Amino acid sequence: MSMPYYVAPEQVMKDRADYARKGIARGRALLGTLYDQGVLICAENPSRSLHKISEIYDRIAFAGVGKYNEFDQLRVAGVRHADTKGYAYSRHDVDARSLANIYAQYLGQVFTHEMKPMEVEILVAEIGSVVSESQLYHILYDGTVVDETNFCVLGGDAEAVLGRFSNSFRASWNLEEAIAASVAALAGPGRVLLANDLEVAVLSQGNGRRTFKRISQDQLKEIVKGEKE
Amino acid sequence: MNLPIFGVNEDPGPNFMKLLSSLDQEEPSFLKVKHVAGTSLEFGQASEVPHGTTIVAIRFDEGVLIAGDRRATAGNIIADRRIEKVYPADRYSAVGFAGSAGPAMEMVKLFQVQLEHYEKVEGVRLSLEGKANQLAQMIRANLPLAMQGLVVVPLFVGWDRESLKGKIFNYDVTGGRYEEVDYYAIGSGGREAQAYVKFAYRSQLSRQDAVRLALRALFEAAQEDSATGGPDFMRGVYPIVATVDESGYERIPDDQVAGVSKEVVDEVAQGGPRQ
Repeated sequence: MSMPYYVAPEQVMKDRADYARKGIARGRALLGTLYDQGVLICAENPSRSLHKISEIYDRIAFAGVGKYNEFDQLRVAGVRHADTKGYAYSRHDVDARSLANIYAQYLGQVFTHEMKPMEVEILVAEIGSVVSESQLYHILYDGTVVDETNFCVLGGDAEAVLGRFSNSFRASWNLEEAIAASVAALAGPGRVLLANDLEVAVLSQGNGRRTFKRISQDQLKEIVKGEKE
Repeated sequence: MNLPIFGVNEDPGPNFMKLLSSLDQEEPSFLKVKHVAGTSLEFGQASEVPHGTTIVAIRFDEGVLIAGDRRATAGNIIADRRIEKVYPADRYSAVGFAGSAGPAMEMVKLFQVQLEHYEKVEGVRLSLEGKANQLAQMIRANLPLAMQGLVVVPLFVGWDRESLKGKIFNYDVTGGRYEEVDYYAIGSGGREAQAYVKFAYRSQLSRQDAVRLALRALFEAAQEDSATGGPDFMRGVYPIVATVDESGYERIPDDQVAGVSKEVVDEVAQGGPRQ
């Protein structure tokens, strides 16, 4: 005689969360921070073409860790949301808060209703008209949104990176200082990250309407090398 | 609003217009203002709708220039003295239009969004050829409206990063796309403007000379065509002049255009056969 199949809901949620966390922990970490001209996002990523950091809209950037196909699907959906909204209303009406909420709704929905949660953690960053008013929304696999101040870390080994980074963070430091500290925090003791291990981009006030800009490998080489000497 | 995520088979890819129509099917109230294609306006008299007029494009040694006057007319009325008919399409291209101002501005807006959308979704920019073809498709989609009198004809210029030179594309109402060699002009004053450019054009023009040539050509067009506005010193309204070169789109500042316009008018007043 077979017993009826029953799993407690607490157990289901815990299993799903463990599954998602395991997937995310396998990937490398990513770090977002404010600096004097805007927002810096720095990721460990050896690929030059499969990006972890991307432009969503004039003042909004996206970064994801975990399973590439899953966060890339979220990225494209974000671009679509922002472009259609800006087209239907005005470019000023596109904001990170509403996008972060929509992502959270979607991730929450997938977490509770689908077979498998998404193995991703994402960052939606928006540069403010004053840099200190910039926003960093850190969204987890289950739809939890955290409105971070000054900096945040996503992905594998996030707590250790966060610990290292919070010691070096200074408000309104410049780009070079911020990149150097981010790279050091991502690398940790006993590891060296070179320019071609990194993907770095900024939302900067100096870039005109579209504030998003990737930091070139050449520029990166100079900053990372300068730090070592 | 929910997150626009599509199944593998329904995905609109980097195409913004297709995205709009996909979303429309899902939620009918989403975008009331659709692309002009497919909507049917019943305008008995299209001439009552504001029309934009003359646009000139000229290649110079480092890139390509595009300039347009500022007048819009509705029949024999001046509908607008400050209309802008030249816009950046993206960082490396620009578009100017002649024809019905309403549909034209909507088309330009859609074109700008489409180029940026493609760039963000795909992670790379379209080639100049690809951009020119996109615009051709939009013109073709506008054919039903064009048949009712709401014609839109653009002039498209851009920097081609493959051949490393500026290029000019001209279109007809059916979406036919033609690459021009050194210069072109469209609109009701286009014939006059082009005649002047043809007469005065030299290869390897400097940027300053190209600006002066374009402003003179627009001036000549305004002399003969009532739908083209000349430089308006009284109101401080001058043609829009922009260049696209290796470093991208750049609009020539108004005070500079005003200065050159003044020189052009003085030059004409001082000599040269005038009728």
